Amino acid sequence: MALTTQRVDVPVIVDESKCLEKCVACIEVCPLDVLVKNPDTGKAYMKYDECWFCLPCEKECPTGAITVQIPFLLR
Amino acid sequence: MNVQYLKTDFLVVGGGTAGTMAGIKAKQASPDSDVLILEKANIRRSGAIAMGMDGVNTAVIPGNSTPEQYVREITIANDGIVNQKAVYETGRLGFEVIQELESWGVKFQKDHEGNYDLKQVHRVGKYVLPMPEGKDLKKILARQVKRHKVNVTNRVMATRVMVQNGRVTGAVGLDVRNGDMVVIQAKAVVLCTGACGRLGLPASGYLYGTYENPTNAGDGYSMAYHAGAELTNIECFQINPLIKDYNGPACAYVASPFGAYTANAEGHRFINCDYWSGQMMLEVYKELHSGKGPVHLKMYHLDDDTINEIETILWDNERPSRGRFHAGRGESYSTHGVEMNISEIGLCSGHSASGVWVNERAETTVSGLYAAGDMASVPHNYMIGAFVYGRIAGENAMDYVRDLEHVEPDHEFLAAEQARIYAPLQRPDGVPHTQIEYKLRRLVNDYLQPPKSPNNLDIGLQKFVAYEDTLNLMGAQDPHELMRCMEVHFIRDCAEMAARASLFRKETRWGLYHYRLDYPEKNNEEWFCHVNLKKGKAGHMELFKRAVEPYIVDVDLVEEVYDVAVR
Repeated sequence: MALTTQRVDVPVIVDESKCLEKCVACIEVCPLDVLVKNPDTGKAYMKYDECWFCLPCEKECPTGAITVQIPFLLR
Repeated sequence: MNVQYLKTDFLVVGGGTAGTMAGIKAKQASPDSDVLILEKANIRRSGAIAMGMDGVNTAVIPGNSTPEQYVREITIANDGIVNQKAVYETGRLGFEVIQELESWGVKFQKDHEGNYDLKQVHRVGKYVLPMPEGKDLKKILARQVKRHKVNVTNRVMATRVMVQNGRVTGAVGLDVRNGDMVVIQAKAVVLCTGACGRLGLPASGYLYGTYENPTNAGDGYSMAYHAGAELTNIECFQINPLIKDYNGPACAYVASPFGAYTANAEGHRFINCDYWSGQMMLEVYKELHSGKGPVHLKMYHLDDDTINEIETILWDNERPSRGRFHAGRGESYSTHGVEMNISEIGLCSGHSASGVWVNERAETTVSGLYAAGDMASVPHNYMIGAFVYGRIAGENAMDYVRDLEHVEPDHEFLAAEQARIYAPLQRPDGVPHTQIEYKLRRLVNDYLQPPKSPNNLDIGLQKFVAYEDTLNLMGAQDPHELMRCMEVHFIRDCAEMAARASLFRKETRWGLYHYRLDYPEKNNEEWFCHVNLKKGKAGHMELFKRAVEPYIVDVDLVEEVYDVAVR
């Protein structure tokens, strides 16, 4: 099977200047488990485009680093 | 790949509304027993009420209504096909659930005299009790789970229930982060994995833009089926009137007591009751096809204070991103109606009646296997019903396990399940689960979305059966993708069940939910019964009629027809 990688506009935006390297609050509460840490920077990002725009990540982030947009296809 | 072995007395699969309550009630009934909740997400924010709930919809509060009145209303709304004894329990025990939730810090709306401020949304009777501060309901439940010393394993998704000699002996799961296989021996198991919310494809095309929490992929429907349990009323789909594109509730249950209503493009009412039923959905369908659509939830005639109050509730609870969805389009409740559309199909007994067959003790037809919540077959059960049946399952299971011993797992079964789960990892360059799922769910829309035509159902069925082979093309590159691959298996099973059950019932019932174009009338002579299905001895799906249990509350179904059309 031949595969390609497509660019996707993702709903969960992380402000890296506010994201704490040792904190995993958003990662732990995401029902779809789409958030992970970038191992190089320690900052969270949305790895899988499977968002229910439900907001626990945004609400539970202690520094307000996360903004959830409505997915582009629904916006 | 590692294998983890766990043992518990009572295994709760799914830590949402029903599951957290099942765990708590099991520990209350038997504090020395070991109870384990298995959750594919994290119980703090999982299931249908991950972001809380703005009210309960089936509250039978003494002095306002009786369990008998509630049973009557649901019997009529579900066209008579109900096990009344099971519905009755939701009415009988719901008030105790509300009182217990209050003792845990959940706030329900009261009037200035301190009485529960019930609202009428159903055709007859007041059963809707607002909880405008319900946004942290799940956190409160998670705290009680901890307080009751219920064990919790997050981020493990069950894939199969283990059954040996006709008795449940545990479950197999996948750790969705480290990829371990998890084998749990248990003396009893309750499945509370929610609806099959990822069956049809949303019109937006976004796989996860569903009404239900998309983690709820029909896991329990599929696992119960493979365990040999009966499922029922699968042809009675869940189809909801939802905010177009956003695909969440608009939500008339909250707004209609404030004076909002569902209207056509001219601003006129065409239904006289906003309670979700198949009959109501058929009226929406007719209106959309009459030239008077689109339809919308109309609030722009209300004063600013009222609209602010509605916004506060709707933008804080259940689906709090509604506010930014409307703002993004430059719309507000005071300037625009909320355009609504007919959703794709799903399976959910919490809203309609499609589920794993349970009796009034939450027992499935397999010994030691219980079901509760959206996936268990008690019609129109909503959140209170999930709590009630979680409680019933937890209490009865602890009775059941008392003198039982664990059973050594069947290693042949485990080896086969291991091969099934990990197959996509052997094909890292296989077709991504996203494409396999998209096509499957697009086929569900093409062939199963009502109104139902027999030839379409038949083509759909053939395609879903053939899709077993397509699943073998699926490739995964990490444990997370493996979880999604296993969910596609669940969705395929549900699609086949939905096609077969829809073909089997040769009449029209439940309004749009089972509108057969070739049999457009209700036929009580032949079809006043459940359509049940199960895995037959040869491994094929078997369908059969199951008689409706004798009523315990008299209802004259000839006289009392559910009709909400404005004429």
